Amino acid sequence: MADLIFNAALLLASAALILAFLRFLIGPTLADRTVAMDGMTIIALSIIAWVGATAGRVIFLDVALVYGLISFVGVIALARYLEGGLS
Amino acid sequence: MMLLGSILTLLGAVFLFLGALGMLRMPDVYNRMQAGTKATTLGTLLFLAGIALRQGSGACTVRLGVLVVFVLLTNPISSHALARAAHFAGIQLATRSVQDDLAGEEIS
Repeated sequence: MADLIFNAALLLASAALILAFLRFLIGPTLADRTVAMDGMTIIALSIIAWVGATAGRVIFLDVALVYGLISFVGVIALARYLEGGLS
Repeated sequence: MMLLGSILTLLGAVFLFLGALGMLRMPDVYNRMQAGTKATTLGTLLFLAGIALRQGSGACTVRLGVLVVFVLLTNPISSHALARAAHFAGIQLATRSVQDDLAGEEIS
């Protein structure tokens, strides 16, 4: 029962990833795409943690941490670009 | 403990799904950002807390705690920077919006 609920959580998170990717495809401006990319990264971070817990490997959590860090820096850089660069 | 952690994980996944749905359905950038960031932050928090409850104690729990604090700190900051940049880049609000407090301000 517990494992069934845990697997359903992965299914729902994957559906969320697909919805965010649709917004990434159709988003009319760069800001829309950046928002969608940010959301996709956060959802993928959760999925990486799920896989790490299921596989019993702690190293996956380090991967998730570095992935989140790179996403944060990337979004900040894109925001500076939208504002018109470092001036 | 296994069942409680699984239910918490499923609740977090529901929040992730609702956040992504809001990202797809909302009318303009700022609404999408609001739905996407707030619901996704809470969803990730619940998701990771559920996994930590399932795993019990150990090195896994410490790393999940660090991950939760990290997401809680950085996600609002990046969303705030992006919303400010989108406004100064000249992206219009939806026509149904009623108030724009930043209208007419310059980049400082």
